[in-house]
Amino acid sequence: MSIVIVNGQEIEVGDDEQLNGIEIAERAGLEVPHYCWHPGMSVVASCRMCLVETGRKNPETGEIQMMPKLSPACQTPATDGSVFVTNSEKVKQARAMVEEDLLIRHPIDCPICDKAGECRLQDYHFEHGQGERRADLKPFTSRRRPLGETVTLFVDRCVMCTRCVRFCREISGTSELMVANRGAHEEIDVFPGFPLNNKMSGNVVDLCPVGALGDKDFLYSQRVWFMQTHDHVCDGCSTGCSIHVDENQDHVYRIRPRENPEVNEWWMCDDGRYGWKHVHSPERLTEPMRQIAAEPGKLQPARLEWSQAPDAIDGALRKAGRLAAVLSPHLTVEEAYLLAKYVRSIDPQAVLAVGPVVQVGEPEKYPNGFTIQAEKCPNRRGVETIVNRLGGELLGWDDFVARLEKETFGGVWVSGGYPSAWIDEATAAKFANVKTLIVQDMFRSPLWEKAHFQLPGAASVEREGSYVNHHQRLQSFGWAIRPPAGVMVEGRLYWRLLQRPGMYNGAQLMGEIAREIVDFAAAAPGVPPNGVDLRVNQLA
Amino acid sequence: MEPVLLANIHRSDSHTLSGYESTGGYNAYRKVLAEMSPDDLKDLVKESGLRGRGGAGFPTGLKWTFLPKNHPGPIYFCLNADESEPGTFNNRILMEEDPHQVLEGLALSCYATGAETAYFYIRYEYPLCYKRLTQALEEMYAKGLLGKNILGSGFNLDIYLHRGAAAYICGEETGLIESLEGKRAWPRIKPPFPAIEGAFRKPTVVNNVETAACVPHIVNRGVAWFRSMGVQPDPNNPRDPGSFGPKLYCLSGHIEKPGCYEAPLGITVNELIQEYGGGMLDGRRPKAAIPGGISMGLLTADEFDCPLDFSGPGRYGCLGLGTAAVVVMDETVSMVDYLHNSARFFAHESCGQCTPCREGTSWSLKMLDRIQAGRGRLIDLDLLLEIGDTIGIIPGTTICGLADGAAWPLKNAIRKFRGEFEDFIKQTNPDGYAETSPVPALHEIHGH
Repeated sequence: MSIVIVNGQEIEVGDDEQLNGIEIAERAGLEVPHYCWHPGMSVVASCRMCLVETGRKNPETGEIQMMPKLSPACQTPATDGSVFVTNSEKVKQARAMVEEDLLIRHPIDCPICDKAGECRLQDYHFEHGQGERRADLKPFTSRRRPLGETVTLFVDRCVMCTRCVRFCREISGTSELMVANRGAHEEIDVFPGFPLNNKMSGNVVDLCPVGALGDKDFLYSQRVWFMQTHDHVCDGCSTGCSIHVDENQDHVYRIRPRENPEVNEWWMCDDGRYGWKHVHSPERLTEPMRQIAAEPGKLQPARLEWSQAPDAIDGALRKAGRLAAVLSPHLTVEEAYLLAKYVRSIDPQAVLAVGPVVQVGEPEKYPNGFTIQAEKCPNRRGVETIVNRLGGELLGWDDFVARLEKETFGGVWVSGGYPSAWIDEATAAKFANVKTLIVQDMFRSPLWEKAHFQLPGAASVEREGSYVNHHQRLQSFGWAIRPPAGVMVEGRLYWRLLQRPGMYNGAQLMGEIAREIVDFAAAAPGVPPNGVDLRVNQLA
Repeated sequence: MEPVLLANIHRSDSHTLSGYESTGGYNAYRKVLAEMSPDDLKDLVKESGLRGRGGAGFPTGLKWTFLPKNHPGPIYFCLNADESEPGTFNNRILMEEDPHQVLEGLALSCYATGAETAYFYIRYEYPLCYKRLTQALEEMYAKGLLGKNILGSGFNLDIYLHRGAAAYICGEETGLIESLEGKRAWPRIKPPFPAIEGAFRKPTVVNNVETAACVPHIVNRGVAWFRSMGVQPDPNNPRDPGSFGPKLYCLSGHIEKPGCYEAPLGITVNELIQEYGGGMLDGRRPKAAIPGGISMGLLTADEFDCPLDFSGPGRYGCLGLGTAAVVVMDETVSMVDYLHNSARFFAHESCGQCTPCREGTSWSLKMLDRIQAGRGRLIDLDLLLEIGDTIGIIPGTTICGLADGAAWPLKNAIRKFRGEFEDFIKQTNPDGYAETSPVPALHEIHGH
């Protein structure tokens, strides 16, 4: 255990911790402003905003000797006996100087800048800057140029922190960005003919502490203070990145990575970042339907009211005979559990199977270890565990389809939730003999057309529950937006079918599941924001 | 004094191996390899009090001792020949006229530090130096003075000439290392210092050309001889190690005989101008002098008795001795022009990594642009001083010393010649010089 003194306050540092001046100040409840430092990348100490006074305390005499120079806090390790002063006049003067310098040629165009509301230059100026602008230079020229398909650069707004350049070198490993020219003429740029088109490019926009790098997808679409931010988990692949969903009035405007050292650190891929567009697709299914016998031997679709749907479905299934349920890997653990429980409550021998697991190519691994998984569903492991523990045998999609040819099922419930096509005509045709086919999905498919009950389903951002990722980490989340009118979120429907009291409650349900199924035991005390490792019990 | 470093530069064959050896060249190298251990040589240089001639004046022997002891991997030696300080050309003279003297010093320095690979980092704008050094290295390899098992001593050494890509900051030791590694010459944050982690992440020593050139003479003539020249340590300042040995002074500007002269450390500006420079050009009155490269600041004519040793100019409000490049200005020089020129240089050469330097140098240039264009205000002078103070006086505000170098001319010129600046502003902007606010944008003045 080491003791570090920050503004006279003694702070404890663990033996295995390596903190710098910014981090130790944060532990002391103080903020040291900074632009260029980012905990996930190399230290360059170039913005000079985090200059502080440093020194050492002599362990024998107790005397404190301060360094004559100011030091960048980002580059100064907090070791036993280190002393940091973050609020002296000298420090304040240095910060004011840096702020004034940065604003010399930075446009004050906050009203039109996308970063307004979350811009460090803006915030730090109010907190640490000079009272008046003394530089009489032409402030800016509004130069803008695209860096790639996703990112655009507002040249004059750049403060040359080089976070984006370092990201491309150290994290994505693609090195598209560079610093061109010298001194005050410096600019961030790409090499001619090599645009910023890597699959993690969107991260540079999050990294940019000012409004220099703009996300083309989000640009000018919403002011940040109008949006609500929700913690969620990406459903793009089985990595299950922790994310923020920024929405306004049930419309998602952007998705950003949420720091989670156990999963994605500070990053996410562009597939996940821009892969939410289907949520607001006009093709979304929003009307529950059922096939009714208009004339003998001929069925005709008819609108089904949600108020009548549970009874109608329940009645049909109870008459159907042998049942099966296909639990989509897009369902949450809680939803899969409820659906399994429901079909088993009618037919205790009901077959449980895991829906198709979409694989695209090979996993893409980046130099820092970040991986875009080939498995394009968020919860295969969670659903598999439910099927395994409640179904008796782990039945995959192909096995189930094969079984359809040999066995007759009176009723089959198929949950979908895939953002793109997932079943072909030939496979769908194998469900022809099912007496009562219930399909719950977001988009039309060959199977949807054959269903006796067509139930519009929800997107990931509309759900509440938990996913288990590639590394057996379970993360819970609440819904970010409400589904479109006419859609009932899967969990709510299952809850009603099971005639459970009150409203669907994911956290409460996870507690129940954790008590019942040993694989989820680690989630019993509650799920922290970074999730829980389900392997903990196995390791013990 | 009897020239030492420049003793042979007037010989027509001074740049050849035969010419160098005919005057006793490589005797020190042969003697050291045969008789002395690396530690002996290190101690000898340490005792001599040799201080780096590149600008900072750090004791050379002490710098060598910072290398890790018994380091298992390679140690690299970089010779800094990126001579970019305005007014400075002492290294160029040595490299063009007596390259073997430099290479012998480099080889000895490598022996002392245990480096078996040396990088001679030379600025691109010195083609003749490059040519002469290339020839000299070929001669050394042919004679067995470089390569494996040199002169049967078991010592191996390879020297590579590396041409820099032209930037002032390539002369800063960590900027040089970055450039050597093929990267943009952005100075590195320290620690780690190069002695621990330098070129290619290995322990590295960076020394200046003139520093290396002194080493053979210390071996040949001894410590007592070296310490007999120069200035003894200040007894009132325990941190002053003194300034010893011969020094090359580059004398330029408004004097009769500009050139590179060898003189003992501690010679005054007046003595240098009178004894070596032949007096002021056309007998005009002196106005100011830069004591050691443009980054060191300014001395007024009244301060020409300033001794040019490592601590002398500091006592006259300058940054230090720097490269000992003395630029003399006579009464015809406008201090506004001088300062504008200086600011232009630093704004152009700032690497742009640190905010205070990148923006501060550019801001001061833009203000001086406006003053020169006849739109100056008296309060601009205070603002310029403040910029000089913030980028230069709050220590540690930047990674390297370029910002300090940019600040000293600002502070010295305005503080020592404030009247001239005020007169200029009053004359060129009689209606507006007293304005306090608002100020016109620069682009409205002359289309910037």
